[in-house]
Amino acid sequence: MLNTLTIHEVLERLNCGECRSEDVVRSVLDAIRRTDGRIHGYLTLDETDALEQARAADLARRNGANGRLLGVPIAVKDVLNVRGQPCTCGSKILKGYVSPYDATAIARLRAEGAVFVGRTNMDEFAMGSSTENSAYGITRNPWDLDCVPGGSSGGSAAAVAADECVAALGSDTGGSVRQPASFCGCVGLKPTYGLISRYGLTAYASSLDQIGPITKDVRDAALLLQVMAGVDASDSTSLPEAVPDYQAALTKDLRGVTIGLPKEYFVGGLDSEVERCVQEAIEVCRQLGAKVVEVSLPHTRVAVDTYYIIAPAEASANLSRFDGVRYGFRAEGATDPLDLYKKTRAKGFGPEVKRRIILGTYVLSSGYYDAFYLRAQKVRTLIRRDFEAAFKHCSVILSPVAPTPAYRIGANSADPLQMYLGDIFTVPVNLAGICGLSVPCGMAAGKLPVGLQVMGPALGEEAILRTGYAFEQATTWHSQRSCIAEQNSGSQVRT
Amino acid sequence: MTDDKTQSAKKMDVRYVANLARLNLTDGEVVEFQSQLDHIVEHFNQLRSLNVDDVEPMAHATPIQNVFRDDVVRPGLDRDVILNNAPQQSSGLVMVPTIVE
Repeated sequence: MLNTLTIHEVLERLNCGECRSEDVVRSVLDAIRRTDGRIHGYLTLDETDALEQARAADLARRNGANGRLLGVPIAVKDVLNVRGQPCTCGSKILKGYVSPYDATAIARLRAEGAVFVGRTNMDEFAMGSSTENSAYGITRNPWDLDCVPGGSSGGSAAAVAADECVAALGSDTGGSVRQPASFCGCVGLKPTYGLISRYGLTAYASSLDQIGPITKDVRDAALLLQVMAGVDASDSTSLPEAVPDYQAALTKDLRGVTIGLPKEYFVGGLDSEVERCVQEAIEVCRQLGAKVVEVSLPHTRVAVDTYYIIAPAEASANLSRFDGVRYGFRAEGATDPLDLYKKTRAKGFGPEVKRRIILGTYVLSSGYYDAFYLRAQKVRTLIRRDFEAAFKHCSVILSPVAPTPAYRIGANSADPLQMYLGDIFTVPVNLAGICGLSVPCGMAAGKLPVGLQVMGPALGEEAILRTGYAFEQATTWHSQRSCIAEQNSGSQVRT
Repeated sequence: MTDDKTQSAKKMDVRYVANLARLNLTDGEVVEFQSQLDHIVEHFNQLRSLNVDDVEPMAHATPIQNVFRDDVVRPGLDRDVILNNAPQQSSGLVMVPTIVE
Protein backbone atom coordinates (compact mmCIF):
# COMPACT_ATOMS: atom_id res chain seq x y z
CA MET A 1 0.00 0.00 0.00
CA LEU A 2 3.00 2.32 -0.17
CA ASN A 3 1.65 3.49 -3.54
CA THR A 4 -1.35 4.99 -1.73
CA LEU A 5 0.77 7.36 0.36
CA THR A 6 1.44 11.05 -0.18
CA ILE A 7 4.98 12.36 -0.74
CA HIS A 8 5.30 13.56 2.85
CA GLU A 9 4.06 10.22 4.17
CA VAL A 10 6.57 8.36 1.97
CA LEU A 11 9.36 10.64 3.18
CA GLU A 12 8.47 10.02 6.84
CA ARG A 13 8.75 6.27 6.29
CA LEU A 14 11.94 6.51 4.28
CA ASN A 15 13.51 8.82 6.83
CA CYS A 16 12.83 6.51 9.78
CA GLY A 17 13.92 3.43 7.82
CA GLU A 18 10.48 1.85 7.82
CA CYS A 19 10.76 1.16 4.10
CA ARG A 20 13.12 1.64 1.19
CA SER A 21 12.60 3.60 -2.00
CA GLU A 22 12.75 0.28 -3.83
CA ASP A 23 9.71 -0.90 -1.84
CA VAL A 24 7.80 2.25 -2.76
CA VAL A 25 8.69 1.98 -6.44
CA ARG A 26 7.80 -1.74 -6.52
CA SER A 27 4.47 -0.95 -4.91
CA VAL A 28 3.82 1.70 -7.59
CA LEU A 29 4.84 -0.69 -10.40
CA ASP A 30 2.57 -3.40 -8.94
CA ALA A 31 -0.36 -1.00 -8.89
CA ILE A 32 0.32 0.01 -12.50
CA ARG A 33 0.42 -3.64 -13.53
CA ARG A 34 -2.80 -4.33 -11.64
CA THR A 35 -5.00 -1.52 -12.90
CA ASP A 36 -3.42 0.57 -15.64
CA GLY A 37 -4.75 -1.76 -18.33
CA ARG A 38 -8.16 -0.32 -17.48
CA ILE A 39 -7.37 3.40 -17.19
CA HIS A 40 -4.28 3.81 -19.41
CA GLY A 41 -2.74 6.62 -17.40
CA TYR A 42 0.78 5.72 -18.52
CA LEU A 43 2.24 5.75 -22.01
CA THR A 44 5.64 4.26 -21.20
CA LEU A 45 7.36 2.68 -18.24
CA ASP A 46 10.92 1.55 -17.78
CA GLU A 47 10.70 -0.71 -14.76
CA THR A 48 14.38 -1.64 -14.77
CA ASP A 49 15.44 1.99 -14.88
CA ALA A 50 12.91 2.99 -12.19
CA LEU A 51 14.19 0.29 -9.86
CA GLU A 52 17.78 1.30 -10.56
CA GLN A 53 16.96 4.90 -9.66
CA ALA A 54 15.27 3.68 -6.48
CA ARG A 55 18.24 1.52 -5.45
CA ALA A 56 20.59 4.43 -6.13
CA ALA A 57 18.41 6.60 -3.85
CA ASP A 58 18.50 3.93 -1.13
CA LEU A 59 22.28 3.70 -1.40
CA ALA A 60 22.60 7.48 -1.26
CA ARG A 61 20.43 7.56 1.86
CA ARG A 62 22.59 4.93 3.56
CA ASN A 63 25.59 7.10 2.69
CA GLY A 64 24.03 10.07 4.45
CA ALA A 65 22.37 11.92 1.56
CA ASN A 66 19.19 13.76 2.51
CA GLY A 67 17.62 15.17 -0.67
CA ARG A 68 14.22 16.68 -0.11
CA LEU A 69 12.61 14.04 -2.37
CA LEU A 70 15.17 11.28 -1.99
CA GLY A 71 13.61 8.07 -3.27
CA VAL A 72 10.13 9.46 -3.99
CA PRO A 73 8.64 8.17 -7.26
CA ILE A 74 7.00 10.75 -9.51
CA ALA A 75 5.13 10.26 -12.78
CA VAL A 76 5.79 12.76 -15.54
CA LYS A 77 3.46 14.04 -18.25
CA ASP A 78 4.86 13.05 -21.64
CA VAL A 79 5.53 16.70 -22.52
CA LEU A 80 8.51 17.21 -20.18
CA ASN A 81 12.00 16.12 -21.16
CA VAL A 82 13.64 13.54 -18.91
CA ARG A 83 17.08 12.55 -20.15
CA GLY A 84 17.09 9.09 -21.76
CA GLN A 85 13.29 8.72 -21.68
CA PRO A 86 10.82 9.07 -24.57
CA CYS A 87 8.89 12.34 -24.93
CA THR A 88 6.13 11.92 -27.50
CA CYS A 89 3.77 14.70 -26.30
CA GLY A 90 1.02 12.21 -27.11
CA SER A 91 1.84 12.65 -30.82
CA LYS A 92 2.87 10.29 -33.58
CA ILE A 93 5.19 13.00 -34.87
CA LEU A 94 7.54 12.40 -31.91
CA LYS A 95 7.36 8.62 -31.99
CA GLY A 96 10.77 7.20 -31.17
CA TYR A 97 12.18 10.48 -29.85
CA VAL A 98 14.47 10.13 -26.82
CA SER A 99 15.14 13.22 -24.70
CA PRO A 100 18.81 14.21 -24.79
CA TYR A 101 18.49 16.40 -21.67
CA ASP A 102 16.52 17.08 -18.49
CA ALA A 103 14.03 19.94 -18.29
CA THR A 104 15.10 22.36 -15.53
CA ALA A 105 12.15 21.32 -13.34
CA ILE A 106 13.18 17.67 -13.80
CA ALA A 107 16.85 18.44 -13.08
CA ARG A 108 15.83 20.15 -9.81
CA LEU A 109 13.65 17.21 -8.76
CA ARG A 110 16.44 14.80 -9.71
CA ALA A 111 18.95 16.79 -7.67
CA GLU A 112 16.68 16.24 -4.63
CA GLY A 113 16.54 12.51 -5.32
CA ALA A 114 13.18 12.06 -7.07
CA VAL A 115 12.68 8.82 -9.04
CA PHE A 116 11.03 9.15 -12.47
CA VAL A 117 8.84 6.08 -12.86
CA GLY A 118 7.04 6.65 -16.14
CA ARG A 119 5.46 8.90 -18.71
CA THR A 120 1.77 9.76 -18.52
CA ASN A 121 -0.79 10.14 -21.28
CA MET A 122 -2.01 13.52 -22.50
CA ASP A 123 -3.91 15.27 -25.25
CA GLU A 124 -1.55 15.61 -28.21
CA PHE A 125 0.76 18.58 -27.54
CA ALA A 126 -1.46 19.44 -24.56
CA MET A 127 -4.29 20.48 -26.89
CA GLY A 128 -7.49 19.26 -25.33
CA SER A 129 -9.52 19.03 -22.15
CA SER A 130 -10.30 15.32 -22.01
CA THR A 131 -7.17 13.30 -23.01
CA GLU A 132 -9.24 11.98 -25.92
CA ASN A 133 -6.80 13.63 -28.35
CA SER A 134 -3.81 11.42 -27.57
CA ALA A 135 -2.44 9.55 -30.58
CA TYR A 136 -1.87 6.58 -28.26
CA GLY A 137 -5.40 6.00 -27.00
CA ILE A 138 -7.66 7.57 -24.40
CA THR A 139 -7.29 7.58 -20.61
CA ARG A 140 -10.27 6.68 -18.43
CA ASN A 141 -11.37 8.32 -15.20
CA PRO A 142 -10.58 6.06 -12.19
CA TRP A 143 -13.84 7.13 -10.53
CA ASP A 144 -15.98 6.07 -13.50
CA LEU A 145 -14.37 4.27 -16.41
CA ASP A 146 -17.00 5.59 -18.82
CA CYS A 147 -15.93 9.17 -18.11
CA VAL A 148 -12.95 11.24 -19.27
CA PRO A 149 -10.22 12.12 -16.75
CA GLY A 150 -10.08 15.70 -18.03
CA GLY A 151 -7.08 17.07 -19.84
CA SER A 152 -4.68 17.72 -21.13
CA SER A 153 -2.77 16.21 -18.15
CA GLY A 154 -5.38 13.44 -17.86
CA GLY A 155 -2.84 10.60 -17.57
CA SER A 156 -1.12 12.27 -14.62
CA ALA A 157 -4.39 13.00 -12.78
CA ALA A 158 -5.75 9.49 -13.44
CA ALA A 159 -2.49 7.88 -12.25
CA VAL A 160 -2.60 9.89 -9.00
CA ALA A 161 -6.32 9.17 -8.47
CA ALA A 162 -5.75 5.46 -9.09
CA ASP A 163 -2.85 5.36 -6.61
CA GLU A 164 -0.66 4.24 -9.51
CA CYS A 165 1.87 6.82 -8.35
CA VAL A 166 2.67 8.98 -5.36
CA ALA A 167 2.51 12.28 -7.26
CA ALA A 168 2.78 13.51 -10.82
CA LEU A 169 3.71 16.49 -12.96
CA GLY A 170 1.51 18.15 -15.54
CA SER A 171 1.53 21.33 -17.57
CA ASP A 172 -1.18 23.99 -17.58
CA THR A 173 -1.72 26.35 -20.53
CA GLY A 174 -5.47 26.91 -20.10
CA GLY A 175 -6.38 24.62 -17.20
CA SER A 176 -4.59 21.39 -18.12
CA VAL A 177 -3.43 20.73 -14.53
CA ARG A 178 -6.41 22.12 -12.59
CA GLN A 179 -9.26 20.66 -14.66
CA PRO A 180 -8.05 17.01 -14.70
CA ALA A 181 -7.25 17.38 -10.98
CA SER A 182 -10.86 18.50 -10.49
CA PHE A 183 -12.28 15.64 -12.60
CA CYS A 184 -10.15 13.02 -10.80
CA GLY A 185 -10.33 14.34 -7.23
CA CYS A 186 -6.67 15.39 -6.95
CA VAL A 187 -4.90 18.59 -6.01
CA GLY A 188 -3.53 20.52 -9.01
CA LEU A 189 -1.46 23.70 -8.95
CA LYS A 190 -0.90 26.17 -11.81
CA PRO A 191 1.88 28.44 -10.53
CA THR A 192 2.32 32.09 -11.48
CA TYR A 193 3.72 32.50 -14.98
CA GLY A 194 7.52 32.44 -14.71
CA LEU A 195 7.73 30.81 -11.27
CA ILE A 196 8.86 27.44 -12.68
CA SER A 197 11.28 27.43 -15.60
CA ARG A 198 9.78 26.22 -18.87
CA TYR A 199 13.14 25.00 -20.20
CA GLY A 200 12.56 21.42 -21.39
CA LEU A 201 8.76 21.74 -21.38
CA THR A 202 7.70 21.19 -25.00
CA ALA A 203 6.14 24.51 -25.94
CA TYR A 204 2.45 24.80 -26.77
CA ALA A 205 1.65 28.48 -26.06
CA SER A 206 4.77 30.03 -24.60
CA SER A 207 3.17 33.06 -22.97
CA LEU A 208 0.69 30.82 -21.09
CA ASP A 209 2.46 27.50 -20.37
CA GLN A 210 3.45 26.57 -16.81
CA ILE A 211 4.51 23.26 -15.27
CA GLY A 212 2.45 22.23 -12.25
CA PRO A 213 2.18 19.38 -9.73
CA ILE A 214 -0.79 16.98 -9.47
CA THR A 215 -0.83 15.47 -5.98
CA LYS A 216 -2.93 13.76 -3.31
CA ASP A 217 -2.90 16.73 -0.95
CA VAL A 218 -1.94 20.40 -0.74
CA ARG A 219 1.22 19.80 1.30
CA ASP A 220 2.62 17.67 -1.53
CA ALA A 221 1.87 20.39 -4.07
CA ALA A 222 3.76 22.87 -1.88
CA LEU A 223 6.68 20.45 -1.56
CA LEU A 224 7.04 19.93 -5.31
CA LEU A 225 6.62 23.64 -6.03
CA GLN A 226 9.33 24.42 -3.49
CA VAL A 227 11.84 22.26 -5.35
CA MET A 228 10.92 23.34 -8.90
CA ALA A 229 10.42 27.10 -8.39
CA GLY A 230 13.02 29.77 -8.97
CA VAL A 231 14.91 31.68 -11.63
CA ASP A 232 16.73 29.73 -14.36
CA ALA A 233 19.31 31.07 -16.80
CA SER A 234 17.84 28.78 -19.48
CA ASP A 235 14.41 30.50 -19.36
CA SER A 236 14.58 34.26 -19.72
CA THR A 237 10.92 34.54 -18.66
CA SER A 238 11.58 32.90 -15.28
CA LEU A 239 11.08 35.27 -12.36
CA PRO A 240 14.10 36.48 -10.36
CA GLU A 241 12.21 36.86 -7.06
CA ALA A 242 13.34 34.81 -4.05
CA VAL A 243 11.24 31.68 -3.46
CA PRO A 244 9.40 31.75 -0.10
CA ASP A 245 8.92 28.78 2.25
CA TYR A 246 5.58 27.40 1.06
CA GLN A 247 5.28 24.82 3.86
CA ALA A 248 5.41 27.64 6.38
CA ALA A 249 2.31 29.16 4.78
CA LEU A 250 0.16 26.09 5.51
CA THR A 251 -2.03 26.94 8.49
CA LYS A 252 -5.30 25.39 9.59
CA ASP A 253 -7.40 28.52 9.84
CA LEU A 254 -8.29 31.34 7.47
CA ARG A 255 -8.36 34.26 9.91
CA GLY A 256 -7.41 37.46 8.12
CA VAL A 257 -8.08 35.98 4.67
CA THR A 258 -10.59 37.78 2.46
CA ILE A 259 -12.18 35.57 -0.19
CA GLY A 260 -13.56 37.13 -3.36
CA LEU A 261 -16.45 35.50 -5.23
CA PRO A 262 -16.68 36.64 -8.85
CA LYS A 263 -20.34 37.22 -9.61
CA GLU A 264 -19.74 36.38 -13.29
CA TYR A 265 -18.69 32.81 -12.38
CA PHE A 266 -21.91 31.79 -10.64
CA VAL A 267 -24.29 32.10 -13.58
CA GLY A 268 -26.19 29.96 -16.06
CA GLY A 269 -24.41 26.94 -17.51
CA LEU A 270 -22.97 25.92 -14.16
CA ASP A 271 -23.90 22.36 -13.19
CA SER A 272 -26.16 22.44 -10.13
CA GLU A 273 -24.13 19.80 -8.28
CA VAL A 274 -20.88 21.69 -8.95
CA GLU A 275 -22.51 24.87 -7.68
CA ARG A 276 -23.76 23.12 -4.54
CA CYS A 277 -20.29 21.69 -3.76
CA VAL A 278 -18.57 25.04 -4.29
CA GLN A 279 -21.15 26.91 -2.19
CA GLU A 280 -20.66 24.42 0.63
CA ALA A 281 -16.89 24.88 0.34
CA ILE A 282 -17.28 28.66 0.62
CA GLU A 283 -19.29 28.12 3.81
CA VAL A 284 -16.48 25.94 5.23
CA CYS A 285 -13.98 28.71 4.49
CA ARG A 286 -16.24 31.23 6.21
CA GLN A 287 -16.35 29.02 9.29
CA LEU A 288 -12.55 28.81 9.23
CA GLY A 289 -12.46 32.57 9.70
CA ALA A 290 -12.36 33.94 6.17
CA LYS A 291 -14.28 37.04 5.22
CA VAL A 292 -16.23 36.67 1.97
CA VAL A 293 -16.85 39.54 -0.46
CA GLU A 294 -18.30 39.76 -3.95
CA VAL A 295 -15.91 40.83 -6.72
CA SER A 296 -16.37 41.41 -10.43
CA LEU A 297 -14.39 39.98 -13.34
CA PRO A 298 -16.42 41.57 -16.14
CA HIS A 299 -14.41 40.19 -19.06
CA THR A 300 -14.91 36.54 -18.09
CA ARG A 301 -17.40 36.04 -20.93
CA VAL A 302 -14.75 36.76 -23.59
CA ALA A 303 -11.90 34.84 -21.95
CA VAL A 304 -12.46 31.64 -23.94
CA ASP A 305 -12.43 33.52 -27.26
CA THR A 306 -9.30 35.40 -26.23
CA TYR A 307 -7.57 32.18 -25.21
CA TYR A 308 -8.53 30.30 -28.38
CA ILE A 309 -6.99 33.08 -30.48
CA ILE A 310 -3.78 33.58 -28.51
CA ALA A 311 -2.97 29.94 -27.69
CA PRO A 312 -3.38 28.57 -31.25
CA ALA A 313 -1.47 31.58 -32.63
CA GLU A 314 1.51 30.76 -30.43
CA ALA A 315 1.09 27.03 -31.09
CA SER A 316 1.16 27.52 -34.86
CA ALA A 317 4.60 29.11 -34.48
CA ASN A 318 5.90 26.69 -31.84
CA LEU A 319 4.85 23.57 -33.73
CA SER A 320 6.58 24.67 -36.94
CA ARG A 321 9.66 22.90 -35.56
CA PHE A 322 8.01 19.53 -36.22
CA ASP A 323 8.88 19.14 -39.88
CA GLY A 324 10.43 15.66 -40.17
CA VAL A 325 13.99 16.96 -40.48
CA ARG A 326 15.82 16.72 -37.15
CA TYR A 327 13.77 14.37 -34.98
CA GLY A 328 10.73 12.18 -34.76
CA PHE A 329 8.59 10.87 -37.58
CA ARG A 330 9.43 11.52 -41.25
CA ALA A 331 6.97 10.72 -44.05
CA GLU A 332 8.20 8.47 -46.85
CA GLY A 333 8.53 9.44 -50.50
CA ALA A 334 9.01 13.21 -50.24
CA THR A 335 10.54 14.73 -53.38
CA ASP A 336 11.75 18.02 -51.91
CA PRO A 337 11.93 19.69 -48.47
CA LEU A 338 8.56 21.48 -48.81
CA ASP A 339 6.89 18.20 -49.77
CA LEU A 340 8.63 16.56 -46.79
CA TYR A 341 7.25 19.14 -44.32
CA LYS A 342 3.70 18.93 -45.65
CA LYS A 343 3.53 15.14 -45.82
CA THR A 344 5.22 14.63 -42.46
CA ARG A 345 2.93 17.09 -40.68
CA ALA A 346 -0.16 15.68 -42.43
CA LYS A 347 0.63 12.17 -41.20
CA GLY A 348 2.27 13.07 -37.88
CA PHE A 349 -0.32 15.43 -36.35
CA GLY A 350 -3.80 14.47 -35.19
CA PRO A 351 -7.00 16.42 -35.99
CA GLU A 352 -7.09 18.75 -32.96
CA VAL A 353 -3.47 19.82 -33.51
CA LYS A 354 -4.17 20.45 -37.19
CA ARG A 355 -7.26 22.50 -36.31
CA ARG A 356 -5.32 24.68 -33.89
CA ILE A 357 -2.37 25.14 -36.26
CA ILE A 358 -4.78 26.26 -39.00
CA LEU A 359 -6.70 28.50 -36.59
CA GLY A 360 -3.48 30.03 -35.25
CA THR A 361 -2.04 30.57 -38.71
CA TYR A 362 -5.32 32.22 -39.75
CA VAL A 363 -5.50 34.72 -36.87
CA LEU A 364 -1.87 35.71 -37.49
CA SER A 365 -2.22 35.99 -41.27
CA SER A 366 -2.15 39.26 -43.16
CA GLY A 367 -5.55 40.93 -43.11
CA TYR A 368 -6.75 39.12 -39.97
CA TYR A 369 -3.96 39.87 -37.49
CA ASP A 370 -5.47 43.14 -36.25
CA ALA A 371 -9.04 41.89 -36.12
CA PHE A 372 -8.22 38.73 -34.20
CA TYR A 373 -4.75 38.42 -32.71
CA LEU A 374 -4.05 42.07 -31.82
CA ARG A 375 -7.60 42.52 -30.52
CA ALA A 376 -7.24 39.38 -28.38
CA GLN A 377 -3.97 40.70 -26.93
CA LYS A 378 -5.76 43.90 -25.97
CA VAL A 379 -8.62 41.98 -24.37
CA ARG A 380 -5.98 40.00 -22.50
CA THR A 381 -4.90 43.29 -20.91
CA LEU A 382 -8.51 43.91 -19.84
CA ILE A 383 -8.70 40.44 -18.29
CA ARG A 384 -5.52 41.06 -16.34
CA ARG A 385 -6.85 44.44 -15.17
CA ASP A 386 -10.02 42.70 -13.95
CA PHE A 387 -7.93 40.55 -11.64
CA GLU A 388 -5.75 43.44 -10.50
CA ALA A 389 -8.86 45.38 -9.52
CA ALA A 390 -10.46 42.36 -7.81
CA PHE A 391 -7.35 41.54 -5.77
CA LYS A 392 -7.49 45.05 -4.27
CA HIS A 393 -10.51 43.77 -2.32
CA CYS A 394 -9.52 40.18 -1.52
CA SER A 395 -6.52 37.91 -0.99
CA VAL A 396 -7.84 34.94 -2.98
CA ILE A 397 -10.75 34.30 -5.35
CA LEU A 398 -12.83 31.11 -5.16
CA SER A 399 -14.71 29.55 -8.05
CA PRO A 400 -15.48 26.19 -9.61
CA VAL A 401 -12.59 24.72 -11.65
CA ALA A 402 -14.93 23.58 -14.41
CA PRO A 403 -18.65 24.13 -15.04
CA THR A 404 -19.32 20.37 -14.90
CA PRO A 405 -17.89 17.23 -13.32
CA ALA A 406 -16.20 14.67 -15.62
CA TYR A 407 -18.37 13.93 -18.63
CA ARG A 408 -18.78 10.74 -20.60
CA ILE A 409 -16.16 9.69 -23.11
CA GLY A 410 -17.15 10.99 -26.55
CA ALA A 411 -19.68 13.52 -25.22
CA ASN A 412 -17.80 16.57 -26.54
CA SER A 413 -15.32 15.10 -28.98
CA ALA A 414 -17.32 15.88 -32.14
CA ASP A 415 -17.80 19.55 -31.26
CA PRO A 416 -14.52 21.37 -30.54
CA LEU A 417 -16.26 24.64 -29.59
CA GLN A 418 -18.34 22.89 -26.91
CA MET A 419 -15.13 21.40 -25.48
CA TYR A 420 -13.45 24.85 -25.48
CA LEU A 421 -16.32 26.46 -23.56
CA GLY A 422 -15.65 24.10 -20.66
CA ASP A 423 -12.40 26.01 -20.06
CA ILE A 424 -14.24 29.20 -19.03
CA PHE A 425 -13.06 29.25 -15.38
CA THR A 426 -9.46 28.17 -15.95
CA VAL A 427 -8.21 30.15 -18.97
CA PRO A 428 -8.45 33.59 -17.31
CA VAL A 429 -5.74 32.56 -14.82
CA ASN A 430 -3.28 31.74 -17.63
CA LEU A 431 -4.19 34.87 -19.62
CA ALA A 432 -3.56 37.05 -16.55
CA GLY A 433 -0.39 35.11 -15.64
CA ILE A 434 -1.57 34.56 -12.06
CA CYS A 435 -1.76 31.36 -9.98
CA GLY A 436 -4.57 28.87 -9.38
CA LEU A 437 -5.09 25.74 -7.29
CA SER A 438 -7.66 22.97 -7.64
CA VAL A 439 -8.70 21.23 -4.41
CA PRO A 440 -11.31 18.43 -4.08
CA CYS A 441 -14.47 19.96 -2.55
CA GLY A 442 -17.26 17.45 -2.98
CA MET A 443 -18.85 14.69 -5.00
CA ALA A 444 -21.38 15.40 -7.72
CA ALA A 445 -24.38 13.08 -7.41
CA GLY A 446 -22.30 11.14 -4.90
CA LYS A 447 -19.92 9.65 -7.44
CA LEU A 448 -17.78 12.15 -9.38
CA PRO A 449 -15.30 14.56 -7.76
CA VAL A 450 -15.70 18.32 -7.94
CA GLY A 451 -12.80 20.75 -7.64
CA LEU A 452 -12.70 24.13 -5.93
CA GLN A 453 -10.48 26.66 -7.68
CA VAL A 454 -8.48 29.00 -5.46
CA MET A 455 -7.01 31.83 -7.51
CA GLY A 456 -4.33 34.21 -6.27
CA PRO A 457 -2.51 37.22 -7.67
CA ALA A 458 0.91 36.91 -9.32
CA LEU A 459 3.23 35.21 -6.80
CA GLY A 460 0.27 34.63 -4.49
CA GLU A 461 1.11 30.93 -4.05
CA GLU A 462 1.38 31.18 -0.27
CA ALA A 463 -2.17 32.55 -0.03
CA ILE A 464 -3.74 29.94 -2.33
CA LEU A 465 -1.83 27.05 -0.74
CA ARG A 466 -2.83 28.28 2.73
CA THR A 467 -6.49 28.53 1.71
CA GLY A 468 -6.45 25.16 -0.02
CA TYR A 469 -4.71 23.53 2.92
CA ALA A 470 -7.02 24.93 5.58
CA PHE A 471 -10.06 23.86 3.53
CA GLU A 472 -8.62 20.41 2.90
CA GLN A 473 -7.74 19.83 6.56
CA ALA A 474 -11.27 20.81 7.59
CA THR A 475 -12.87 18.35 5.12
CA THR A 476 -12.37 14.74 4.01
CA TRP A 477 -12.78 15.11 0.26
CA HIS A 478 -9.08 14.71 -0.51
CA SER A 479 -8.93 11.34 1.26
CA GLN A 480 -11.81 9.79 -0.72
CA ARG A 481 -10.62 6.96 -2.95
CA SER A 482 -11.62 6.20 -6.53
CA CYS A 483 -12.90 2.69 -7.32
CA ILE A 484 -9.63 1.90 -9.09
CA ALA A 485 -7.62 3.17 -6.11
CA GLU A 486 -9.64 0.83 -3.87
CA GLN A 487 -8.23 -2.05 -5.88
CA ASN A 488 -4.72 -0.73 -5.31
CA SER A 489 -5.05 -0.28 -1.55
CA GLY A 490 -4.36 -3.88 -0.55
CA SER A 491 -1.43 -4.68 1.71
CA GLN A 492 1.50 -4.93 -0.66
CA VAL A 493 4.30 -3.96 1.74
CA ARG A 494 7.51 -5.83 1.08
CA THR A 495 10.25 -6.27 3.62
CA MET B 1 -5.90 46.34 -44.09
CA THR B 2 -9.55 45.65 -44.86
CA ASP B 3 -12.11 46.74 -42.32
CA ASP B 4 -13.76 44.42 -39.83
CA LYS B 5 -17.02 44.05 -41.74
CA THR B 6 -15.55 42.57 -44.91
CA GLN B 7 -13.48 40.16 -42.81
CA SER B 8 -16.43 38.74 -40.95
CA ALA B 9 -18.31 38.24 -44.22
CA LYS B 10 -15.50 36.15 -45.73
CA LYS B 11 -15.09 32.52 -44.73
CA MET B 12 -11.71 31.10 -43.92
CA ASP B 13 -10.10 29.37 -46.92
CA VAL B 14 -9.01 26.30 -44.99
CA ARG B 15 -6.85 24.77 -47.71
CA TYR B 16 -5.03 28.05 -48.33
CA VAL B 17 -4.31 28.59 -44.62
CA ALA B 18 -3.20 24.95 -44.22
CA ASN B 19 -0.73 25.51 -47.04
CA LEU B 20 0.68 28.53 -45.19
CA ALA B 21 1.16 26.19 -42.21
CA ARG B 22 2.88 23.57 -44.42
CA LEU B 23 0.16 21.04 -43.81
CA ASN B 24 -1.44 18.77 -46.43
CA LEU B 25 -5.13 18.10 -45.83
CA THR B 26 -7.37 15.41 -47.31
CA ASP B 27 -10.65 16.48 -48.92
CA GLY B 28 -12.48 15.02 -45.94
CA GLU B 29 -10.41 17.06 -43.50
CA VAL B 30 -11.09 20.26 -45.46
CA VAL B 31 -14.84 19.71 -45.19
CA GLU B 32 -14.72 18.79 -41.50
CA PHE B 33 -12.37 21.59 -40.45
CA GLN B 34 -14.23 24.19 -42.55
CA SER B 35 -17.48 23.79 -40.62
CA GLN B 36 -15.77 23.46 -37.22
CA LEU B 37 -13.45 26.44 -37.73
CA ASP B 38 -16.23 28.64 -39.18
CA HIS B 39 -18.21 27.92 -36.03
CA ILE B 40 -15.24 28.83 -33.79
CA VAL B 41 -14.30 31.99 -35.71
CA GLU B 42 -17.93 33.10 -35.60
CA HIS B 43 -17.79 32.80 -31.82
CA PHE B 44 -14.71 35.09 -31.84
CA ASN B 45 -16.99 37.89 -33.04
CA GLN B 46 -17.92 38.41 -29.38
CA LEU B 47 -14.63 40.28 -29.07
CA ARG B 48 -15.85 42.92 -31.52
CA SER B 49 -18.38 44.17 -28.98
CA LEU B 50 -15.57 45.55 -26.79
CA ASN B 51 -13.96 48.92 -27.28
CA VAL B 52 -10.21 48.34 -27.09
CA ASP B 53 -9.04 51.50 -28.86
CA ASP B 54 -6.94 52.81 -25.99
CA VAL B 55 -5.83 49.47 -24.55
CA GLU B 56 -2.23 48.32 -24.77
CA PRO B 57 -1.85 44.80 -26.18
CA MET B 58 -0.42 42.25 -23.74
CA ALA B 59 2.13 39.91 -25.28
CA HIS B 60 3.40 38.39 -22.07
CA ALA B 61 2.39 37.88 -18.47
CA THR B 62 5.63 39.17 -17.00
CA PRO B 63 6.98 42.69 -17.40
CA ILE B 64 9.05 42.54 -20.58
CA GLN B 65 12.70 43.23 -20.10
CA ASN B 66 15.99 42.18 -21.60
CA VAL B 67 17.63 39.34 -19.75
CA PHE B 68 21.32 38.85 -20.27
CA ARG B 69 23.67 36.11 -19.21
CA ASP B 70 27.43 36.18 -19.05
CA ASP B 71 28.98 35.64 -22.46
CA VAL B 72 30.83 32.46 -21.56
CA VAL B 73 31.15 29.15 -23.36
CA ARG B 74 28.81 26.48 -22.01
CA PRO B 75 28.81 22.83 -23.01
CA GLY B 76 26.19 21.94 -25.64
CA LEU B 77 24.45 18.65 -26.20
CA ASP B 78 26.43 15.72 -27.53
CA ARG B 79 26.26 15.50 -31.35
CA ASP B 80 25.79 11.74 -31.49
CA VAL B 81 22.91 11.87 -29.01
CA ILE B 82 21.20 14.56 -31.08
CA LEU B 83 21.78 12.70 -34.35
CA ASN B 84 20.30 9.53 -32.89
CA ASN B 85 16.94 11.32 -32.92
CA ALA B 86 17.24 12.23 -36.62
CA PRO B 87 15.09 10.21 -39.04
CA GLN B 88 18.06 9.92 -41.42
CA GLN B 89 21.73 10.74 -40.82
CA SER B 90 25.06 10.33 -42.52
CA SER B 91 28.64 11.35 -41.67
CA GLY B 92 27.57 13.37 -38.64
CA LEU B 93 24.89 15.24 -40.58
CA VAL B 94 21.09 15.15 -40.84
CA MET B 95 19.96 13.95 -44.29
CA VAL B 96 17.15 15.74 -46.17
CA PRO B 97 15.79 15.51 -49.74
CA THR B 98 17.76 17.43 -52.37
CA ILE B 99 17.40 21.18 -51.91
CA VAL B 100 19.55 22.47 -54.80
CA GLU B 101 20.03 20.54 -58.05
